[in-house]
Amino acid sequence: MEWMVWTTPTLVFFLVIAAILAGMTAWEVISPTVERKGFLLISTTRGDRLFIGLLSAAYIHLVVVGFTPLTIWVALGASVLWALILMRWG
Amino acid sequence: MSDALPTTPEAVRQRAAATSNRKRRRNRSAPRQWRRRGLMAAYIVFVLLPIYWLLNMSFQSNTEILGGLTLWPEDFTLEHYSKIFTQSSWYMGYVNSITYVLINMLLSIVVALPAAYAFSRYKFIGDKHLFFWLLTNLMAPPAVFLLPYFQLYYTVGLFDTHVAVALAHCLFNIPLAVWILEGFMSGVPKEIDETAFIDGYRFPAFFVKIFIPMISSGIGVTLFFLFMFSWVELLLASTLTATNAQPIASVMTQTKGASGIDWGALAAAGALTILPGIVVVYFVRNHIAKGFALGRT
Amino acid sequence: MSKVYNNRAWWLILPMLLLVAFSAIIPLMTVVNYSVQDVFDANTRFFTGTEWFKEMLNDPALQAAVLRQFAFSLTVLAIEVPLGIGIALIMPRKGWQASIVLILVTMPLLIPWNVVGSIWQIFTRGDIGLMGWSLRELGYGYNITASPVDAWITIILMDVWHWTPLIALLCYSSLRSIPDAYYQAARIDRASNWSVFYYIQLPKLTNVLVIGVLLRFMHSFMIYAEPFVLTGGGPGSSTTFLSQSLTTMAIGQQDLGPSAAFSLIYFLIILLVTWVFYTAIMNMQKDDIKAEA
Repeated sequence: MEWMVWTTPTLVFFLVIAAILAGMTAWEVISPTVERKGFLLISTTRGDRLFIGLLSAAYIHLVVVGFTPLTIWVALGASVLWALILMRWG
Repeated sequence: MSDALPTTPEAVRQRAAATSNRKRRRNRSAPRQWRRRGLMAAYIVFVLLPIYWLLNMSFQSNTEILGGLTLWPEDFTLEHYSKIFTQSSWYMGYVNSITYVLINMLLSIVVALPAAYAFSRYKFIGDKHLFFWLLTNLMAPPAVFLLPYFQLYYTVGLFDTHVAVALAHCLFNIPLAVWILEGFMSGVPKEIDETAFIDGYRFPAFFVKIFIPMISSGIGVTLFFLFMFSWVELLLASTLTATNAQPIASVMTQTKGASGIDWGALAAAGALTILPGIVVVYFVRNHIAKGFALGRT
Repeated sequence: MSKVYNNRAWWLILPMLLLVAFSAIIPLMTVVNYSVQDVFDANTRFFTGTEWFKEMLNDPALQAAVLRQFAFSLTVLAIEVPLGIGIALIMPRKGWQASIVLILVTMPLLIPWNVVGSIWQIFTRGDIGLMGWSLRELGYGYNITASPVDAWITIILMDVWHWTPLIALLCYSSLRSIPDAYYQAARIDRASNWSVFYYIQLPKLTNVLVIGVLLRFMHSFMIYAEPFVLTGGGPGSSTTFLSQSLTTMAIGQQDLGPSAAFSLIYFLIILLVTWVFYTAIMNMQKDDIKAEA
């Protein structure tokens, strides 16, 4: 595993992703998702909304890091907020 | 269907109408037929011209190639081909390429068949997302993965083996196989599975004896695509190999010598890479045409 | 078709999943790790955080490569899709001609990508190539190593030569699956050729065209070997596409960190485009099912 040059931040990142996936699976087993139409105008399941949330989070991070002087924590905060909005009303 | 005798008055009428129409159409549209053939011929010429030029070069000596433009080999020679077939550094390139392509086809189809069956017959947690994830691998540019692959296969001791290239090509070939096969399998009515299970077949026996023969043309098409994408890929193949499993693609770069490019050898080697493809198309030609009809048409 | 809900289907998926994950997830994790560090070797490395991403996003050469890539992909799609449909329509359906035409049309697809580059390099050279030589004899100063326009046109021509067969093949297969009865009905109704195409053939083609467009988009987006062999990305950087910029950075200059960051940006672009396509396809199919029901 030495060649994979792990660092603490990336390790945490992947563990969080894994935890989210595991959590979503458990949630799905306990109470299966119902497809619905929110403000996104396409019908989505819980998993779809999570994916849209993650993908837009990646783009939010890129924009903040690349084109603004703000720190990455602002991007993280905005992404989490946006993901929660998506999960609830998307 | 047109050979069976019509049995209902409706069918008789339809058939008569069709025949008379066909006759009328044949008379009316002779010029159109010729225009169609002309366009087709023009396209075929466009396809063949560069290939003809390659063949033309491969039969010329290097002095003739560089001496001036000749439309056909005036000084016909097989020296480049004999060089390729006698030097092991050359012909082993073809053997290596074909070896990893075959390993990859086998691996991909064996794991893709059950997976495609699962996607076409069952709903399960995360099925759609898993399918999408597979597709994203199909789109992953090999360039992105070059370095990690090199490191990964070096670490597990597979660097410069045929298996390494075959495994690396699984990245895009397995998703492709699952995608194509899933389409074919969805075209097979589910009642067939149910009947077989009622008849007492267990899943593995049913799958191998009944289901796989039913989608054989789908498998043919899939194998064609697997061959195609593994045979033509070279970025990963040449990065993951050094000498033992070097694909023909990277052998060809040795035609660039100090004194310029050995055009004749390059052309002959290129011409030979086209051959396996033609053989494969020849075998699946009927399946290609029929095949996609079962899939998502 | 109604599918049964059964989580044991995962067992059928598992072997495939392990194999693909080995080839996809481990390397992807490594790329992410590279992207936040300055790596010399496994023991000598420094954490750089988001620096590489900032640098890559603001690199004018890479921004130009992204735009060039989109321009290229959209151009070849715009040419290849209509041309492919047209060829599928005029391909003979029966007899020995059908087999021969099928084999000839498929041929370019099965040529290794660097050989495609070599074929066109030989074909277009001004001194020994048929096309290059003829154009010069006709008085046009054709030169792909000096003129960006010539280089672009040649690469697009090469891609059309190489990939139109894929679209043609998919459409041809789909057209062959239309029962004769449809055409007969159309003839009885004296439908024009155009309405036969629009009402019978095109709807049948939609599904395979989506597959074709998706495949073509991805492959044109990661095009590497052909322009690399043909023009080497030149003249200047006028035909340097994304994969080539990336490979030069990663292999040529051994800049692991920046090239990993760039890979991830590249990957995110592709992920977004793929997702949009995929969602569109899925919604289309859902509408189909609703329309049928």
